Amino acid sequence: MTGVVRSERPASARRLVVRRGPVALRLRVRTLVVGVVLTVAAIAIAMVSLASGDFPVPLGDVLRALAGQGDAGAEFIVVTLRLPRVLVALLVGAALAASGAVFQSLTRNPLGSPDFIGLTTGASTGALLVILILDERGLPVAVGAMVGCVATSVAVYLLAFQRGTNAFRLILMGIGVSALLESANSFLLVRARLSDALAAQVWLIGSVGGRSFTDVALVGIPLAVVLPVLLVLARQLSMLNLGDETAALNGVPVERSRVALALSAVVLAATATAAAGPVAFVALAAPHLATRLTRAPGPGILPAAAMGAVLMVAGDWLAQRVLPTRDVPVGVVTAALGGAYLTWLLAREWRRGRALG
Amino acid sequence: MLICALIALIAVATLSVAVGTRSIGLGTVWQVLWHDDGSVAADIVHRIRIPRTLLGIGVGSALGLAGALMQALTRNPLAEPGLLGVNLGASTAVVAAIAFFGVTSLSGYVWFAFAGAAMTAAVVFALGGAGRASTPERQVLAGISVTAVLGAFVWAVLVTKPEAFNRYRYWDVGSLADRDAGTLTRVAPFLVVGIVLALSLGRRLNALGLGDEAAAALGAHPHRIRALGVLAITLLCGAATAATGPIWFLGLAVPYVARLLTGPDHRWVLAYSVVLGPSVLLLADVVGRVVVAPSELQVGVVTAFVGAPIFLALCRRRRLGQL
Amino acid sequence: MDGRLWARELTLAYDERVVARDLSVRIADGSFTVIVGPNACGKSTLLKTLARVLKPRAGTVHLDGEPISSYASRHVARQIGMLPQSPVVPNGIVVEDLVSRGRFAHQRLLRQWSVADETVVVEAMRMTEVLDLADRFVEELSGGQRQRVWLAMVLAQETGILLLDEPTTFLDLAHQFEVLDLCADLHEQGRTIVAVLHDLNQACRYATELVVMRDGALVAQGPPAQVITPALVEQVFGMPCRVMDDPETGTPMVVPASRSRRREPLLGQFIDRTT
Repeated sequence: MTGVVRSERPASARRLVVRRGPVALRLRVRTLVVGVVLTVAAIAIAMVSLASGDFPVPLGDVLRALAGQGDAGAEFIVVTLRLPRVLVALLVGAALAASGAVFQSLTRNPLGSPDFIGLTTGASTGALLVILILDERGLPVAVGAMVGCVATSVAVYLLAFQRGTNAFRLILMGIGVSALLESANSFLLVRARLSDALAAQVWLIGSVGGRSFTDVALVGIPLAVVLPVLLVLARQLSMLNLGDETAALNGVPVERSRVALALSAVVLAATATAAAGPVAFVALAAPHLATRLTRAPGPGILPAAAMGAVLMVAGDWLAQRVLPTRDVPVGVVTAALGGAYLTWLLAREWRRGRALG
Repeated sequence: MLICALIALIAVATLSVAVGTRSIGLGTVWQVLWHDDGSVAADIVHRIRIPRTLLGIGVGSALGLAGALMQALTRNPLAEPGLLGVNLGASTAVVAAIAFFGVTSLSGYVWFAFAGAAMTAAVVFALGGAGRASTPERQVLAGISVTAVLGAFVWAVLVTKPEAFNRYRYWDVGSLADRDAGTLTRVAPFLVVGIVLALSLGRRLNALGLGDEAAAALGAHPHRIRALGVLAITLLCGAATAATGPIWFLGLAVPYVARLLTGPDHRWVLAYSVVLGPSVLLLADVVGRVVVAPSELQVGVVTAFVGAPIFLALCRRRRLGQL
Repeated sequence: MDGRLWARELTLAYDERVVARDLSVRIADGSFTVIVGPNACGKSTLLKTLARVLKPRAGTVHLDGEPISSYASRHVARQIGMLPQSPVVPNGIVVEDLVSRGRFAHQRLLRQWSVADETVVVEAMRMTEVLDLADRFVEELSGGQRQRVWLAMVLAQETGILLLDEPTTFLDLAHQFEVLDLCADLHEQGRTIVAVLHDLNQACRYATELVVMRDGALVAQGPPAQVITPALVEQVFGMPCRVMDDPETGTPMVVPASRSRRREPLLGQFIDRTT
């Protein structure tokens, strides 16, 4: 029996109940709609991004090129030059947003984002070590970033572990480790040659320019694997939002679920940072914005991922248009937008007279 | 006890003058200290080490004091100018001054540093929740989020201006080196006013520590105390950061040690911070000079590598409340 | 020992502080057991240990004959439900959503909303009288309403044993008795109820069995009429009193001694005897 349960309920609570065979699911209509709309928007913006640039390609030609039936010129521009960049933007945005949604839920704090708990700083340190000491560019840098991110998460977790983890001892440890690594990063930059330091600095702001299909695979494959895992764990996550005690009383294996969720989020953040560098604020803002649209009681992973994809691909398109002569990295745009969003959030909480979270 | 701390300071200061990347015998140091005979050794001692030591004393007191003030005002033992983003606020303003307004002189961008420090302090205070809703952990988190915004902004600016980047990266690491004697004289007035203002707040901070309502009942004005405190923090952090670049964790560790030595009376904590701050900073600077001789490790790096573990250890010990 | 839930030789501790030693307690099946005692005597700690929220330093809790730690947490969640003292309310959640989360232990990945789930949730909300609040945001409710919503969530768990840690907190007098009446209804429907109450007279009215604790030790256990005597109340609570029959229900009613009697015990007794 499938049906939409209608009632005098507010729109946000209308549900779609699907009961067929062994499946019995109840989905929020609004969340579904928002998810679909955002995904369509992401794809649309991606198409626009593929069509525009120094050599504008008409939309029809873009589609033909993607299908493999375009002329050589269009195919080169669309598929070889622009497609990897756009794909990386979509996938990195989705991965960062999903990671952010999970962390914000786990830490029960809207500011508990991978940006702030040391993961991306660790990735930066790893990448810097590769760029400045090993003097490499390209894939080794990505590997360095991943290793740095994972090593930092392990370190932060071990530091925070004290007879079981406390949600935000983790954040505080992350902050401490992050500060330490920031200082290390500054130090590395001071010791380097100016040209190396400039190259490192470009990576550090976060960019999808010049990415190849290797980078697409780097973030795409983990995303394809981890996202279903997160969907399976989504119920545990919503129970953990009620507090460890309540979750345990309802049969949630608290420590195990948390580790699994955190590990998944770390993998997503690590691979995303490896592919595009530490792009600011997507992991923080995308879940927030998605929740405001869905009006659900917590960041849903799929809507957040879709929103992240939209933000990244729109940000990248914007970054390419902002300065007529130079290619601005997408990280600049996300930093500016993120800063604006944070200020707005602050002003709103000010007026409400209530503290964040 | 305070006398001991003072003696320690003098000892460390002497160390700072005597030790360096170029080794000069103690006898020679003593000689040229009183007779500037124009030799290389005298040059080093008078033109480099003494100004550097004096700058270290000034900045060390300022940061130690600012940290103690911040912890008292926010009732948060984890507060310190670096963590709460105030240092970075000052830096960001300086970057903006260098990149957008073409300001290159210290006395010029010191004002920017103040503005940056003040605005950041206000923002972090509001974001972390004021009054009843604020908890130490929330404030630190707010500070880090503000740091992230500002950091991103700084990088964004520097991406487009490589010349500014080159100048900035040396400044960003927090160093006492490569600052001429003029630096100290230019920021000294602000430091002095800030220090005097901070020390004068001691007794009123004790009252504030009992809670806003209790303090008001005792006749202290919580808002006025906070305003004066923020003014002092702004002067101290702004001047210090303008002179040396951002130095982390000093403001965290120094008041902690001061409290260990003297208990919670703020008058004494502030007094000890003024003396301990420079000792710690100069010690870190000396370590930096010695550890990787003949090159140098900037003092900001040393304080971070030593200070961060202290911060982490502090966090593990504390009974953590909810975020 | 018989019965579904019992504990043997428990040592309970928080960090370094030992709260109870060698504590053994048996919860009679189908009873309405109320644990009473002065502050910090370990009643909440005991309840949480029985619910498997806390691990005892020593000793074991047994459920259905096996140590409770040997079961999967989902299984325990289907047998024992507990109303926690200070639960976390996520932002923006409506009442019906929150109550539905109590069905977690009965659900699987693909079976998230069966007909049974829906029926139980509606029934739980009806019993706690929050059905008309179903679409309200939980954070907008009053303390009393919120308490009933949490109770509904625990009821949705559909457990045979219900543990309640001070369920009357935040409630005004009428609502306190409403909640206790609801517990009595649930008890009559066959559930085993174990509650911690701080009001001794309420405990006497509703309990079929009292567990009296002091300083982490079991002082007495049994029906209120047998257990509650002036000597016991004075020993455990340090309060001289009289025990009479509650005029409404006939259960024991503790009447604390007057001020004069407490200050001058001998003189007070003299005055009382002559009036």
